[in-house]
Amino acid sequence: MFVVPQAQRGARLLRPRPGEGWRDQLAGWLFCLPALALVVLFLVIPIGLAAWVSVSNWDGIGSPLAAGVHWIGFANYKATLTEPGLAQQLFGESIRNTFYYVLFVVPIQTFLALILAVVVSRKGLVARSFFRTAYYFPSITSSVAIAVVFSFLFSGTGTINAVLSFIGVHGPNWFTDPSGLIQDLLGAVGVRNGPAVLVNHGLLGISWWQWLAGPSVAMSALIMLAIWTTSGTYMLIFLPALYNISAEVEEAAQVDGASSWRQFWKITVPLVRPTMFLVLTLGLIGTWQVFDSIWIITAGNPEGTTLSPAFLAYQTSFSDQQWGQGAAIAFLLFGLIIVVVLLARWWLWSREFTGGRRTLRGLRGATLAGGVGVVGGAAAARARAAAGSDGDARQ
Amino acid sequence: MFMIKPVQDRRLGRLARRLAIPTAAMAVVAVVAACGSSPSSSNSASSALTPNKKPITLLFGSSGTAETAADNAAGKAFTKQTGIKVNVVPSANLTQQLAQDFAGNTPPNLFYLDPTSLQEYAPKGALYPYAQNLPNISDFYPSLKSAFTYGGKLYCAPKDSSTLSLYINNADWKAAGLTSADYPQNWTQLAAVAKKLTTHGRVGLVTDPSESRLDVFLYQAGGSVLNASGTKVVLDSAANVKALTFVQSMLKAHIMDFPSQLSESDEIPALGENKTAMIISGPWMEGEMSLDYPKVSYSVHPLPAGPTGAKGTLVFTNCWGVPKINDNLGGTIEFVKFLTTTAQQQRFTKAFGVLPSLQTLSSWFESTFPLNAPELEANAYAHPDINIAGDTNALNSFNSALAELATQSPGSILSAAQTNLQAVVNQDKTGG
Repeated sequence: MFVVPQAQRGARLLRPRPGEGWRDQLAGWLFCLPALALVVLFLVIPIGLAAWVSVSNWDGIGSPLAAGVHWIGFANYKATLTEPGLAQQLFGESIRNTFYYVLFVVPIQTFLALILAVVVSRKGLVARSFFRTAYYFPSITSSVAIAVVFSFLFSGTGTINAVLSFIGVHGPNWFTDPSGLIQDLLGAVGVRNGPAVLVNHGLLGISWWQWLAGPSVAMSALIMLAIWTTSGTYMLIFLPALYNISAEVEEAAQVDGASSWRQFWKITVPLVRPTMFLVLTLGLIGTWQVFDSIWIITAGNPEGTTLSPAFLAYQTSFSDQQWGQGAAIAFLLFGLIIVVVLLARWWLWSREFTGGRRTLRGLRGATLAGGVGVVGGAAAARARAAAGSDGDARQ
Repeated sequence: MFMIKPVQDRRLGRLARRLAIPTAAMAVVAVVAACGSSPSSSNSASSALTPNKKPITLLFGSSGTAETAADNAAGKAFTKQTGIKVNVVPSANLTQQLAQDFAGNTPPNLFYLDPTSLQEYAPKGALYPYAQNLPNISDFYPSLKSAFTYGGKLYCAPKDSSTLSLYINNADWKAAGLTSADYPQNWTQLAAVAKKLTTHGRVGLVTDPSESRLDVFLYQAGGSVLNASGTKVVLDSAANVKALTFVQSMLKAHIMDFPSQLSESDEIPALGENKTAMIISGPWMEGEMSLDYPKVSYSVHPLPAGPTGAKGTLVFTNCWGVPKINDNLGGTIEFVKFLTTTAQQQRFTKAFGVLPSLQTLSSWFESTFPLNAPELEANAYAHPDINIAGDTNALNSFNSALAELATQSPGSILSAAQTNLQAVVNQDKTGG
């Protein structure tokens, strides 16, 4: 963990107060130096070199800082974002796939982690540490091992389909089924082809109708894998927050006659909001960067419906030997994650700032509506606050 | 992971002072990294080709313990003969490890190189075209040499080959009342026997839904992927559409299927589990069959010819790649000469079942492995698989579309692949 020192401590380190010798200063820096060196050597420098590779014509032979490598501007970024072609289409597909992955994984795993934490921290639970270990166990198991096991479980004749057949459901051939869930649902009610306006226009080489296809069946299996694996970690993060809720608050609520459902929504959830922000941020960052399970199980198949930007960057760089474009995809993903996390932070902060009573309904609604809801909800909250406070109508 | 804390202090001076030492540290390390990365100066041409005593490293992707053991034995034999030590290093991910080694200017002395990687490394000047000067250069199959030629130069010596043939379950064949006179010689006969062999719970023919299998039909119809000079992609030709339409007709009649429809990962388990009677596959299936399905008796036959009488199949091959940056270039070339002798190729074939790449070994192979003779004979009319630099994404798209061949139009599948692959070819031409 790399913690930026606060301004005051930083100043004190550089300008010693009377009584503090240079030895203390030096000791402080020496203690920091190994961690600092590792971070610089394995994070800062490679990231800097990758940024250079994305705007240069490095071909993979020799150092990117060697004499023959020179600046080519933002051609790689343009090829991925603006020029129509396979590169743009694959990038668009990877963004669409990962968007649905994040949309399902982050809310479900946050909610599940909170529920598990509440269950595990309940007074009077027998064998508490056994349950804690059991729920946390998937998180400490190797992601590769879990991915291999899941690829067997979800195969066409695997365990999942066998269990589904007990209740008479014929399970799909999970990892080879590219049909999108939303399009399947629409097909079940008879809507097979999209309206012309959605099919003929698009973004990043994918038509709007394909953007609305939803996660593919293969992606759904990966979503289940992710939820099962990471809920345990976030359960552990929620536990201290739950322990911090003093017993008096809960007893007061019980005395007032609140049911445990109301208690959960009206007391527990608001009181763990800072931890929830941490879990949401970590979840967003982790899910947008998904790579392991895709590399082990599907490699982007079927039909590119399990491509993610991270996997696409790896494939473009190592398999296609197009290093500049791979690095450009990685940096575009970096920018996207920063934007998403800032949006999440703005949204949660603006809710706290306005102190709106409908915070929880807004939380649920915005999570379901995804990115659009985040911006819309924040803007609506500000407008409501502005209209409420000084009466002028702000659109 | 790092905690985001809001910066409370806005004065730039304090911020600059705080960042001074880490920035300086970064700059020092960056300069050291840059300085340490220039390649060693190259020797003059004549002295470079003289073998020296430096050890040779062979990096390869192994198909299993048999291949690793065979390469180890070859290395030891060479060391006994010349005194040059050989390090045989099997790699878990050859593409990635090779890329890393080239980026660090420390490539291994010798490595397995596939045709696509050759197209990616040769334009960058990373490989040494030693094969031009090999004494037995005319002995290699022409189809294999064409896969490893770039800019008119043969860059490396083909080490072995695998071709696609038709593998038929003998018991199912007999049970359907078919005899040795009925082995399919053309498409009509192929469809007819596939229909006869399709019963309840079993299809006639199965193969992977990828271009590295279905392309055989394109060549049999007289079409191809690239034009003669290799500058243009010609996937959307009428002959190719005819080929895929034929495959589609078999899929629609349910006498042919893809492994995923039968809940199998690959065509080989489909044959082993008797979910199909015939598969299009290569010599590598023999190892898996003898290990997992030893009771299944099968025979090898050449693929049928197309409507114009043209025979066509695909050949997969690797070569012995030698990089330019090589501290024992002469020794490495001597090692390759040793590895491409008829005696050594015979040892490789006996160890892990690959087909030899030297034409003079064809009679030996046919007498030692008579049942596999069709696999080797196919080299005469085989074409290398698509090997355009940077084609991974385009091929993945093509394969995904081919998986839907039963319900999509062959023309649209081929024109989409045509557009994507032509874009890759154009990109390679401009050096992007």
